[in-house]
Amino acid sequence: MTFTGVGIGRGMAMGTVLQMPAPLPEPQDAPSALSVDAEKERAAVALAATAAGIRARGERAGGSAKDVLEAQAFMAEDPTLSDDVKARLETGKTAERAVFEAFASFRDLLVSMGGYMGERATDLDDVSQRVVAQLQGVEAPGVPDPDHQFVLVARDLAPADTALLNLDKVLGLITSDGGPTSHTAILAREKSIVAVVGVAGALDIPNGTTVIVDASTGAVTVDPDEDARFKAKIAIQERASLAKAPAGPGRLADDTAIPLLANLGSSGGAAEAVELGAEGVGLFRTEFLFLDSAQAPTVAEQQSQYSALFAAFPGKKVVVRALDAGADKPLSFLNDAPEENPALGLRGLRALRANEQILRDQLTAIRNAEAENTADVWVMAPMVSTLEETRYFTSIAREVGLKTAGVMIEVPSSALLADRILVDADFASIGTNDLTQYTLAADRLLGSVASFQDPWHPAVLRLVGEVGKAGAALGKPVGICGEAAADPLLAVVLVGLGATSLSMSPAALADVRAELRLYTIEQAQHFAELALKANSAMEARAAVSASASS
Amino acid sequence: MAERTVTIASTHGLHARPASIFTQAAAKAGVPVQLTKGEKTVNAASILGVISLGIDHNDDVVLSVEGDDANAVLDELAALLSTDHDAA
Repeated sequence: MTFTGVGIGRGMAMGTVLQMPAPLPEPQDAPSALSVDAEKERAAVALAATAAGIRARGERAGGSAKDVLEAQAFMAEDPTLSDDVKARLETGKTAERAVFEAFASFRDLLVSMGGYMGERATDLDDVSQRVVAQLQGVEAPGVPDPDHQFVLVARDLAPADTALLNLDKVLGLITSDGGPTSHTAILAREKSIVAVVGVAGALDIPNGTTVIVDASTGAVTVDPDEDARFKAKIAIQERASLAKAPAGPGRLADDTAIPLLANLGSSGGAAEAVELGAEGVGLFRTEFLFLDSAQAPTVAEQQSQYSALFAAFPGKKVVVRALDAGADKPLSFLNDAPEENPALGLRGLRALRANEQILRDQLTAIRNAEAENTADVWVMAPMVSTLEETRYFTSIAREVGLKTAGVMIEVPSSALLADRILVDADFASIGTNDLTQYTLAADRLLGSVASFQDPWHPAVLRLVGEVGKAGAALGKPVGICGEAAADPLLAVVLVGLGATSLSMSPAALADVRAELRLYTIEQAQHFAELALKANSAMEARAAVSASASS
Repeated sequence: MAERTVTIASTHGLHARPASIFTQAAAKAGVPVQLTKGEKTVNAASILGVISLGIDHNDDVVLSVEGDDANAVLDELAALLSTDHDAA
């Protein structure tokens, strides 16, 4: 039997299914058969055992997941909650019901407070379910963590689930809900996990069943025969050896060169990126140097970090983005004022301009590090929205002695005026995540409007095309350094729209490289035309997919 | 019982991280500590209780401590509340 959904990426996986346990039903509000003291004892034991279990998982998970889980353990041990449970038990309720009601009342309180606290409400729900499961002696809901590899099947994954996912054990992901822009799909693309989303009927596949997950066709084959298993095994091995094979440069079928570059957030990932065939760095995020510090690091401190990165790419291009603070990553020394709409506030180059010394120090450190290495160093400014800002940044960069200064195109205004911006800037790099957010006016951190965050939208693609045209007319490079470049078919469309290089998380390089080899520049331009003519992101994706497989 | 009124310094109020730092310190005090904002009083060692007060920047809250070392505990906890944990 075969189910079909939307495949993410091009991978294939085979393994046994493990369903994410469904949420527990609400405990019944029936009088307890036990004494009040006996129920109090049960509740106290279950709360303590749950806290201990969560803490142990946190120790195993490490990293940011540990902090999330530690906070959850405190919730299970909370004295106010425990008092509330006891008060409810005095009225003769069962421990299950009392725990459920107590957590629910705090959850409602947090939701009513909104904002950050509202988001913690899901943590409370999770802890509540775990305590009730402990009381009932059943499996806790949430992401399973067995001691073997498995294919995870779920309705959809929440961000809190994916933080806890053990990627060494998960061979593939299947969801019954969620589309190509769901949180699960974004995670799968970022971590290069084989995934098929929106598979109706997936929740009915019994645990332990063998499945073949083929992301390139979106097919999930349940209980495959020997022949199909054998073919899948060969295909998986071939892909694995392809990914390990020495990767050539990015090229189209007609040998048009499209350099494939890496997005890096620290110098630590450089070796892996080189191994995966990155031809340079298309986006080096510098925020890591500044986060968690009360003031900007010194020129010398920054210089040693930049130099470590440049040394990993001798003779290669490395594009460094000036500090991009604000919205999702506020830095108190840059902008301390609370803002109603941080995405539209004093962020990116705007914040640097208000603190020009920080910008000058950073560019000086980059210039000094460049002198110690042979890397071809480019710098760019984040969130540029006017021609005047472009001139401001490039003039300081050139004054400091940097030879290649460009801008990020993330705001529709700069995409529309790219023909003027690129007269001054040496290059443009399109940040598709923010460009999509600003074009569709949908906060990309807000789950309720996540469906708008789709870079296939023809309005976004039209803006990319404007920048591509301007780059071609003026002979200036136009790079892409957003989520979009990691989607193999969309990468081809972006090349058709005029992108001259693509930068992405290193895990995505192999699939994009293989996809580019399939098409000529004329075919890429034809795909771009089809996508631009579509009325929606979904139509654009469907039209190009149909043309590509015909 | 000793009491002290403190003005909250953290820019975003007593939410999340500042609340967790404060409640863990209160739990370690070894004596019962209560936190009052307006009409409502909660156990200061309870993160859910403290969060439920919805304490914002510049709000005045009352710390009450019982026991012998009340003043030393008050000094420590009051210092935490009058530090801006969002500035770090």
